[in-house]
Amino acid sequence: MNLNAPLLDVRDLSIQVAGVRPPLVDRISFSLRAGQTLCIVGESGCGKSLTSLALMGLLQTPPLSIAGGTAQFAGRDLLTMTRRELGQVRGDRMAMIFQEPMSSLNPSLKIGEQIAEAVRRHKGVSREAARARALEMLERVRIPAAAKRLDAYPHELSGGMRQRAMIAMALANDPELLIADEPTTALDVTIQAQILDLMRDLQAETGAAMILITHDLGVVAEMADQVAVMYAGRIVETGPVAQVFDDPQHPYTIGLMSSMPSLGARSDRLVTIPGVVPQAAAMPDGCRFSTRCPFRTPICDNVPPLTSLGNEHEVACFHAPLEQTPKLRVVGA
Amino acid sequence: MLAFLGRRILIAIPTIILISIFVFGMQKLLPGDPVLVMAGEDRNPEVMEFLREKYRLNDPIPVQYFTWIGNALQGDLGISLRTQQPVTELIGEKLPVTIQLAIMALIIALSIGIPAGVLSAYKKGTWVDWIANLVALSGLSIPNFWLGIMLILLVSVNLGWLPASGYRPLTDDPLQSILTMLMPAFVLGTGLAATLMRHTRSAMLGVLRSDYVRTARAKGLSEQVVLIKHALRNALVPIVTVTTLLFGELLAGAVLTEQIFTIPGFGKLIVDAVFNRDYAVVQGIVLCTGIAFIAMNILADAAYRVLSPRMKDA
Repeated sequence: MNLNAPLLDVRDLSIQVAGVRPPLVDRISFSLRAGQTLCIVGESGCGKSLTSLALMGLLQTPPLSIAGGTAQFAGRDLLTMTRRELGQVRGDRMAMIFQEPMSSLNPSLKIGEQIAEAVRRHKGVSREAARARALEMLERVRIPAAAKRLDAYPHELSGGMRQRAMIAMALANDPELLIADEPTTALDVTIQAQILDLMRDLQAETGAAMILITHDLGVVAEMADQVAVMYAGRIVETGPVAQVFDDPQHPYTIGLMSSMPSLGARSDRLVTIPGVVPQAAAMPDGCRFSTRCPFRTPICDNVPPLTSLGNEHEVACFHAPLEQTPKLRVVGA
Repeated sequence: MLAFLGRRILIAIPTIILISIFVFGMQKLLPGDPVLVMAGEDRNPEVMEFLREKYRLNDPIPVQYFTWIGNALQGDLGISLRTQQPVTELIGEKLPVTIQLAIMALIIALSIGIPAGVLSAYKKGTWVDWIANLVALSGLSIPNFWLGIMLILLVSVNLGWLPASGYRPLTDDPLQSILTMLMPAFVLGTGLAATLMRHTRSAMLGVLRSDYVRTARAKGLSEQVVLIKHALRNALVPIVTVTTLLFGELLAGAVLTEQIFTIPGFGKLIVDAVFNRDYAVVQGIVLCTGIAFIAMNILADAAYRVLSPRMKDA
């Protein structure tokens, strides 16, 4: 197998909801190599969670459906797998962590059993061996008194502990790809940092690739190798995290960066992006950000393709690179 | 668990006392004089006075109550005004018949209602769901007495597979006893199955949308494991509640079903006692039924604790 081939290669993935014309996720593409971390960032409703659910085969169908595209995972298309084939891959070679650790754990099963059943399902080991593995995983995610926690129910653990248990469950079979959908959003800030640290350490130990879905640019800066910025169902900018953060080129990315509060030199007020994301019915045919964009010109009525700016940095804007646009000052100020 | 049960039983005692007062009071308030029934056509005043003295009906009502409840606590519910048999003996004779009918009906109801509910929730909006709903609606709309008579016509008269009526004690001939009871239990069970199916369906629909079911699928578990181990187990709490509530319907249905299939059970005993103003028997039966209800509720609470670990702390 080619070592340079991406572990996951998503091409033109579209997701639509029955009865609504513009797709919720519109022809997005990205790829990920083994051991890498890709952060998909964007505001609520931009389609980042749908993307991750689609890869896991967990979309609520109907009303949602995949309208096109491919997702090659280790050489096979996840989107055309049968339910049976998908059942063999997920939980084993790819696993997922969800946002709400309380509701994502089964309230009437013990933590140990919830981890062990995934091991039994995929590794075909005995009950005892699976339980031993569950204990080992709880220790690895640094849950104190792990042996006691095996027989605890989810409601007996704190929020942070529950998310640790979720991580233990996801990593129990040493997956090559971990998808984490806003794993720290529901947690206290102090716990968030601990969980992110833990995930980074475990990723380094296991060499798993990770797709981290977040709306928090701070998380992106801390965790990502690559970042993909999504707006209204499309990827508007993607590239290595340093590149995108140092030199954001899409007006939406620039707005996102300047709306992030920082402890540094304080300006008078938080910068916000004017307007709101258009409703599905009012979604413009061309650039979807054009309704809020200060740089809008008639050409924006067409769909901007993702164009390379070099160094794997790609942006979907007709006006990029923006250095050549005199109106840049308007946003930056 | 034992401490919990003990506590629940202690709490049940005042309820039982209230039931007994209510039962006794209702009897006194109801129109109709049992002495008139017993005295026969000529209504000789001397005979009536003798009967009143014999059954202590001239005592003040509170005294009558305490006499009755005092005896009841010693297992003596009085004597049937009609047949002169001790009420405890009558109940002891008829109760096992109805319990057998109720248990068989419940087994039939659960084994139809729960799988049908699970399936129709899982296949929501497909033809499976439609058929399950249609059958459930029919089960709810078809009256027991009509279904019973039709079944007798078809299964007993035309096909000759099962006996049309009667009762064989379980201890006599277990197989024959179960076969005889099969048709009545089916008639009684289908109506309950429909209710159970509807509640199972809605509970499952809620659970199937939950995040932990998504997690279970994300683990790659098979659909059976997702449905049974992860979804149904959590949907069982409302199902247990409904089953407890259905217990009343079960008893009411048993009255009717026993009439159709001429089964000498509790239901027939109630009907006869009410028509004959047989005080002691009615009181005894209602008291027993009340206690059975309380027992069912305690059982349901115990089941909640087993099914839902979160309730242990409550």
